[in-house]
Formats: sequence, C-alpha cells, structure tokens
Amino acid sequence: MTTEAVRMSFTAALLEAAKVDSNIFALATDSRGSVTLVDFAEQLLNQFVECGIAEQDAVGISAGLANAGLRPFLCGPACFYSMRSAEQIKVDIAYSHMNVKVIGVSGGVSYGALGTSHHATQDIALMRAIPGLEVYLPSDGAQMRAMLKYLVQSNVPAYVRMGRGAVPIIYEEEAPFTPGKANLLLEGKDAAIIACGETVYHSLQAAQILKHKGINVSVYDMHTLDPIDKVAILQAAETGFVVTVEEHSVNGGLGSAVASVLAQEKPTRMKILGLPDEPLFNGASGDVFKHYGLTGEGIANAILLRTEE
Amino acid sequence: MDAACIAIKANQRRADAITMIHRANTGHTGGSLSVLDILSVLYYDVMNVNPENRHDVNRDRFLLSKGHSVEGYLAILADLGFFPKEELRTYSQAGSRLIGHPTNKLPGIEMCTGALGHGLAIGVGMAIAAKRLKRPYRTFVVMGDGEQAEGSVWEAAMAAANYQLDNLFAVIDRNGLQISGPTEDVMALENFKAKWEAFGWEVTEADGHDIQGLLDYFHSRKNDKKPHCLICRTIKAKGLPFAENRKDWHHKVPSQEQVQEGYRALGVKGVEWL
Repeated sequence: MTTEAVRMSFTAALLEAAKVDSNIFALATDSRGSVTLVDFAEQLLNQFVECGIAEQDAVGISAGLANAGLRPFLCGPACFYSMRSAEQIKVDIAYSHMNVKVIGVSGGVSYGALGTSHHATQDIALMRAIPGLEVYLPSDGAQMRAMLKYLVQSNVPAYVRMGRGAVPIIYEEEAPFTPGKANLLLEGKDAAIIACGETVYHSLQAAQILKHKGINVSVYDMHTLDPIDKVAILQAAETGFVVTVEEHSVNGGLGSAVASVLAQEKPTRMKILGLPDEPLFNGASGDVFKHYGLTGEGIANAILLRTEE
Repeated sequence: MDAACIAIKANQRRADAITMIHRANTGHTGGSLSVLDILSVLYYDVMNVNPENRHDVNRDRFLLSKGHSVEGYLAILADLGFFPKEELRTYSQAGSRLIGHPTNKLPGIEMCTGALGHGLAIGVGMAIAAKRLKRPYRTFVVMGDGEQAEGSVWEAAMAAANYQLDNLFAVIDRNGLQISGPTEDVMALENFKAKWEAFGWEVTEADGHDIQGLLDYFHSRKNDKKPHCLICRTIKAKGLPFAENRKDWHHKVPSQEQVQEGYRALGVKGVEWL
C-alpha cells in the first residue's frame, strides 16, 4: 500500500508555487519542522516569517501581510491555531477579509498519545461557525496538491486541516477538486457514507467489506466542510440511509453539518460516527480510530447494524 | 499643518464625537476624547494617507487597536473626505457602516479592530511586509493602556524587536483609567516604560495633549533598528470639564445640556453635519 503524508505533499507544492509567485509567504510558529517547512525556510528566506511560539501574534502578522497584498500561508498545529487564536482568525482574517490561509497540521487525533491538549477535534465546529472563512479537509496527498492550486489563487480566507502521519493514497495524480463540490468515489444504492480527511480511506475500506456481504454503499469525499455541498448530501439521502464519518467531535462537525441539511430539506435516517463528547481514549492515532469504530471494520459494522434493523 | 490649526481641528472632532455619542445614546466618550490630539497629529500632519492615495501600496498604515475610541476617529476620516460628513448622522443607527468599532467596510479603515490586543500584531505584519517588499510606508498602531494587560500585545512587542521594525510605531493612550477604575488598581502597568524598553523598543514618554511636542517627536524619529513606542500621558474625556479623569465617563453618554457645555468648553459653535 502506497502512503504519503498530506503535510509533506502540501509543503512541497507550496514551495514550488512560491518559487513562481513571490507574493506567497509561509509563516510558522516554531513549527517549521513539524509542518516540514525547513526547505521552504532555507530556499525562500525572504518569503518565510518565523513567529515563535505565539499563535495569536502569528495570525495577526499574517493578516498584516495580507493587507499589504501578500498571500500568507500560516502553518502550524491545528489544535493551537483553531482554539488559541480563534478570535484572531474571526476578527483579523475573516471579519476583516484578509486573504490568509490557515494551515492546521497534525489535526484530529494525529498526535495520539500526546493527549487531549494536542488534539484538534473541535476545529471544524469552530471554523465552520466563522462567516467568510472556507474550511477544507484534504483526504490524501494528490487531493492536497489539487487543492493547493486553488488556494494559491483564491482570494477567500480558508482554514485547511490535515493530519500528521502518512495516509494511503486515494486519488491518482490530477485528483478532481472543485471547491464546495464533494467527490463521489463509489456509487451504491443501500446506504451512503459521507467522510472527510483521513476517514475517507477507512470509509472506502468499509465499502469493500460491505460489498462482500452484498451491501452496496456510496462513498463521498466531503473535502469542503464550508461551504458544504448540499447537492451531494441530498443525493446521498436518495439511498435512504446516510452515515457520516469524521475525526472530530460528534458535536458540530461533518455529521452536524449533514444533519442540518437533511433535517431541513429531506429528513433521512442517519448515523454520525466520530469522537464522543467525553474524555478520549488514550493511544496512537490508529488506536483511537479503532477504539471509536472509525476504521473500515467499525464503519462497516455500524452500517450493518442499521441496515439489518 | 501647524500645531495651532491641529488643535482647532482636534477640538472640532471632539465636538463631533460627543454629538455622535449623544445622538446614538451609546459610545465611549472618555477614550475618544483622550486620544483625539494624538489621532489629529497623525492624520492632519504625520501620516501619508488620504482619500486619494488610500489604495496606494506605499500609503502609511494606521490601526486603532483601542477600537472603542471610534467616534473621534470616524469624525477625522469624515473631515478628511474618506466618506461624506453627513454619514456621521448614522453612527450606531440600524444598518449604518458607522458602528461602535472600526470596520474596513469604510474607506480609510485598514482592518476591523476592537477586540483588544490584536492591533500590534497586525501592525508587525504590515511592517514586516514593508521591509520585505522594500516599501517606504510606516505603520502606526494606537493602543489603550488598559489594553496592555492582553498577552498578545507582548507577543507582538517581542516580534517587532526581533525583526528590528524601526518602521513601526506603537502609540499608547496612557489616560490611566479603564472601565473598572485606575489601571494601577485594576492591573498595575508601572514601571511601564521599563517594560517596553525591556522588550527592545525605543521608548519615549510625552504629554499626549502637547501637539507641538507630538509633532516634534514624529518628525525627529530615526531608523535605528528599533521599533518606536510613544507613551502619551493623556486625560480621559479631555475637553469636557465635567467628565475629565472620571472613570464613569468611560462610556457615559452626554446629555443635550452637557453637549452644549462641551461646545462652550471646546470653543466650538457646533457641528457642520447636522
């Protein structure tokens, strides 16, 4: 199985883009190593700003750079940007319409056994609630590269969350990516899985398991969390059973967003799979996924339980 | 503009501010009046920004980090022609662009401010951009003294010194009062000058109502690889004898009679936009 870390795909593509466009800046908060921005900082020193361990300051500095016409990509741990500097993202970036891309790496439970302080499992809820800010969760390296082509020319601020470890490849190169339009990866009539980020791979695994049991499910990659793709959600509802899978709290994330659309426009049976609203199980990222049934097997079991009802 | 003319302008803007606050029945009287001489010196003389060059990449940048002192600021922008003076009538009315904190929906305002402790970091970004892009503009950030309790101010102070941003000015309206009382009772700032010096800034203390002194300060700064901090001793609600240095005038609204008394004290006949 070929794997690739999305953050490395991102930084390699950003470096190439920034060599061509000197307005592209990268900022870090003592995070150039964890983000994998070391090459960028060495090769494009004039386009790199080290902010030290100061996320609030870093967001403000990014907004100031954007005011001067630059295209800053602010890169660091998702857990700190999405919460400690949430107010700066709201006011200095979104409310002020400053074209900053906040790149939250090691999102979700990527940091695993480092514990809750380092998990970003509320970021979708927080960032989706801020008007004027797009929210993306790429599912693999190829999609990240396609997304970056959009991000470097877009004038709308965005929050992009990606994981830390290498993840299986889902797309061939030239992955299809249209902002706000989910990718339908598998088509089935018995149920539909809507996933985002790293859970897309596990949802595809679940679909394989279910196929052997004679259950055919659709799988959507909802790479854009805001604006959410209502058309895809309503299409998924045609199967009569929609399952959402996310590496995020079940409060306010992908499941809540899909439920909000369905409850108002097409009430449909749903199951929201994610992290419960309680202190989380400790372990590496894979252990946490397994514990909460976010692996292929866990997702397949959840669907089997409901389809057999 | 010479100091005497700026002083007249500043008092006219004070009259505008108290009139706006009275009409809207809401506003921040004390801080708006304490900072007005500083803002007037910057906008009527020091800064290279006006309605004609407001999109020029080389315009000077200004941030009112103490965004609640918005009324006098809006009055200056209107007086300079960034938007029609008559629009001051709409301050805090339903649907108006003129609200209780600066928003960049309005021409002349760079950023939305008002959440305290944000402005200096943004200013650091603007100043770094000028250095990297080799642009001559300067960045001016006006903060309140109560605001200095925000930790993010000091994150930005550290970054400004780290990047030797001698094109950045932090101007502090040291009126000594915040909403709950004297700053030294709420969260002591002193020795305030030493704190800024310890963070690597060139620090100057001044009388924030001495317009000639402020002009001399801004016109004599040299680029010496240190960011500039000007601590301005000011009087909260300056110009309103019945309100000066009283904490309850942080956001108290003047009555019609008090507005008239204010006009007399300021030597102003009235406002031209009513």
